[in-house]
Formats: sequence, structure tokens, C-alpha cells
Amino acid sequence: MSGLPAIRAIARRELGQYFGSPVAYVFLVIFLLLAGIFTFTFGAFFNRGEASLASFFTWIPWLFLFLVPAIGMRMWAEERRAGTWELLLTMPVTAGQAILGKFFASWLFLALALALTFPFWLTVNWLGEPDNGVIVAAYVGCWLLGGAYLAVTCMTSSFTRNQVVAFIIAVILCLLFILIGFTPITDMLARYASPDLVDAVAAFGVMTHFDSFAKGVLDLRGIVYFAAVIALALFITAAVIRNRRS
Amino acid sequence: MIKVENLRKTFGQKVAVNNISFEVHPGEVLGFLGPNGAGKSTTMRMITGFITPGAGRVSVCGFDVVDHPIEAKRRIGYLPEAAPSYGEMTVGGFLGWAADMRGLTGTQRASAIGAAVDACSLGSVLDQAIDTLSKGFRHRTCLAQAILHDPEVLILDEPTDGLDPNQKHEVRQLIRRMSEKKTIIFSTHILEEVEETCTRAIIIDGGTLVANGTPAELKARSVTAGAVRARFAGLDADAARSQLASVAGVGKIECIGQEVDQVVMRAYPSGAVRGDELAAQVVTELTRAGQAPIGIATELGRLDDVFRSITHSDVHHSDGGRA
Repeated sequence: MSGLPAIRAIARRELGQYFGSPVAYVFLVIFLLLAGIFTFTFGAFFNRGEASLASFFTWIPWLFLFLVPAIGMRMWAEERRAGTWELLLTMPVTAGQAILGKFFASWLFLALALALTFPFWLTVNWLGEPDNGVIVAAYVGCWLLGGAYLAVTCMTSSFTRNQVVAFIIAVILCLLFILIGFTPITDMLARYASPDLVDAVAAFGVMTHFDSFAKGVLDLRGIVYFAAVIALALFITAAVIRNRRS
Repeated sequence: MIKVENLRKTFGQKVAVNNISFEVHPGEVLGFLGPNGAGKSTTMRMITGFITPGAGRVSVCGFDVVDHPIEAKRRIGYLPEAAPSYGEMTVGGFLGWAADMRGLTGTQRASAIGAAVDACSLGSVLDQAIDTLSKGFRHRTCLAQAILHDPEVLILDEPTDGLDPNQKHEVRQLIRRMSEKKTIIFSTHILEEVEETCTRAIIIDGGTLVANGTPAELKARSVTAGAVRARFAGLDADAARSQLASVAGVGKIECIGQEVDQVVMRAYPSGAVRGDELAAQVVTELTRAGQAPIGIATELGRLDDVFRSITHSDVHHSDGGRA
């Protein structure tokens, strides 16, 4: 693929930008702090009487709901505000390559954030004998879920030159993705609609798929689902960017 | 080489660029003139592939920018209006990124960056964040990015905007040095710049091409072109006027300056006799009459007169295309 060096150059620049500003460090600290608080306090890590990270993974869709849009909101909005997208898009790259470069950089950053939760994993392995296969699957689920949120944020970031607007729209969209598959909501809906319909709608939500990863199942349907959400959101981003320029 | 054919672009109801065609060849420096909002930036953005033409075609070195955008963009160096750059990067980091984007590696990459840094005099600020630099440095950083890969075609949108006179001079020198091998388009509001640097100039008004010619040709369209300016000592304006009126070939006469005991008059040609010929005629006839002027000059015309007479866009128009 001839665009690979350019994609790499874009991704490297994005990553450099994350770490060249305090934003990345602030994000990592807040993420780890909140993850710790949620896991050990609200998640009742010690009272469960089991060696697992379930209390950590349960909170991930909600933690990511705010933190992931915060990582991704500047992706295009800032380029548009500063006018640098004119520079970027007149380089010998396609809009798609530019989007991929940016997306992979932020996804890699998210992988780093997840990797930095390794003390949780060490703790649970020190305290007992957890099923590490389940933990690996759940981490994969977290990363895929974060990728889907990021792709949605990348899309909303291309709508506007205002990062805050991009953030808010992304949070709303991601929240919708959670709610349509969130058990309390689906249980409530099941009273008014046929269970089949509710299940069909829930299949479009992130929770259904994330839950199976969290239970330790490397579900192919889940992988396909998250990949499809990412592909769709990035595809729309490309269309928006092409359209803004025409 | 750049070929623009029947280029057109509308934003909503507003026609930003209307049926513009021109060609620029290697070795040429094309000055792009026009009032704000005339469609200069929009045209340049279509040539560089940033915005898609509404209709018409643009080809760069034989590659259509719509059908083969990557091939075309490879051959273009572009300095966008307002010279954007990634402010939190250092100058060196930014140019390194641009080199990576252009696919330069190894010694080729290092020497390309070195040459661009030298050409734009950025050596002293390589490790500084772009945000912390003065406007002149920021501008030249973006210019360095444009010339980094030694492109065949350079598109520069107001390359001297915001620079001090010395820096303006340096950039013009740079453009002229590079013009031997390259095809260059640059836009400007400074008309002297066109006379000094361009081999040809285009004037756009309201999205339409209204003039295309060498600076000398354009100047010749000025009303004062071909007129004669004469300075008389010991005559008042009326006396000088009647003296000039007696010379064959002189049409309209005006007084353009008065000092204690001198007047400066401008005599327009009435017919085909103009410029130097007319001046010679004035000198000969008035010398014979004993009223020889103490100084005489011919007028080549002024680009800003031409500019003003053929453009009348509403100055409140925004420069279209900024999404």
C-alpha cells in the first residue's frame, strides 16, 4: 500500500501531539484514578469474594463514555479551526489515509491507557487465581469498545471546528449506543414491545457485545460488530471531509 | 506546468469562480491579482486539490487533479493563505513531518530539510515551538514546507503577507531564484511585487478573469500610459498649459504639481504619437518656442490604475471557500 509511510507520518505526529501537551498525561491520570475508584470502591472489588476484574470491566463502558470523546474531540475540529487541514489534505494523501492515521494514533493511545491498568491485574493475580483468559478477552473487548467510541468521536469531530461541540455530540451518540443494549432499559422496553424486537435493537448496542467479551468470550459477532461500527463512522467522516471541501 | 480550463465553483448562491481558464509554463511566475473575495484563494484551492472544482478541469504536470489527485499533489508545493502550521510542533519537527508526508527518507530527507531551512532562514529557530515564533518566522516555516520537496509547481497564496520589508524582499528573491525551473503562481495585493517578480499577471474580479498579460502590457492599459510629464520653470500653470497645447499630438493637459516657481504638467497623447516620440516632439517644439521644459519624462502607466479601473468587486464580499 503506497500510502503507508504517509499514514505512519500522520499517526506519529498525532501521538507526538498527545504527549507534547499535558492533555495526554491529564487523561491518563484521570482514567487510572477513576478506574481505581470505581473498581475498588463502587465495584466492591474486595467484597466479591472472587478473583476477577469484573468490577473493573463493568465500569469501562461508562468511563469511556466521557474519556474517549475527550481524547478524540480535537482530531478534526482542531485541524479545521487552525486551518491546518488545508495543509494536510493537499499533501499527497487521500482523505481516507489521513483519517486512518489519526484514528490509529488515538486507538494506540487508548491501548496504552488500558495497558497502564496492569497493577489491577497484578493485584488480582497476587490475591487469588483469576482466569487470565477471561481477563485477556475482556481487555480486547475494552479496546474494541474504545475503538468504536473513538471512531464515532472522529466522525463528530469532523462536523465542527469546535471541540466542545464535537465532544458533546460524541457523548450523546455513544450514550445511545449504550442505552439501546443496556439491561435496565431493555427490560423496561420488553414490557411494551415484543422481546424479539427488543433483542434485535439491543444487538445494535455496544453492551450486548461488550458483555460477552467481559464474560471471557472472544465472540466473532462482537468483533464484526465493533469493526462495522468503526468502519461506518470512519466512512462517514471521509464523506463529511470530502463534502466540506466541495 | 498548470492548465486550468473553464474552472467554476459556486458556494450556495454565490459564484466564487466563474469560467476561468489559463496556463502557466515552467519558468513562468504568474501573479494572481484581484480584490479580496474575487476568487483567488478558491482558484488556488482547486488547483491544489483542497476543494473540488464545481465544473471545468485543472491539470498539473499533465495529471488531472480530480482523477489523479495523488500524482498531482506530489508535484505541488502549496503555501495556503494565512500560512497554517501545527503550532505546538517545533520548526524542525514540523518540517520533518512534511518530509515524511512527501515520502522523503535518509540523506535525501536531511538534505531537503536543510535546503528549505537555509532558503527560508530558519536555522536559528529549528528547536522552537512554532506557536512561540513571530509572524514572519511562522510564515516562512510554512513556506519552507512548500518548497521542501523541490516541487515542479509552486502555489503561494499571499507569500509576503505579514512580512516586514526586508523579509518581503527575501521572499521575492527566493521566488525569482526558484522560477528558472519551476512553474509558480502567487497571489498578492502588492502591485510593485508583481512588477518586480512576475513574468505574467492575471487579474480576477468577481470570480471572472478580467486581464491576463505581462506587467508591461497591463500597465499600458493604464490611462496615463504614453503620457508625457514635463516640468517648467518660470511659468505658471496656465502659461505652461497653453505652451503644451500648441504642440502637435498633445491632447488633454493637466497640472499635477506646483512649486514656488515651477509647475509639473501631464500631457496626454491625442493620437498615435505617444510616449518617447511625444516627449521628443514636446521638447523640440517648445525649445523652438524658447519655453523648453527643464525636465521631461514619459509615463509607462501604473498597475494600480489598471487594477482600480478594471476591478470593482464589493469589498465586503468574504473570501469564499473557507469551510
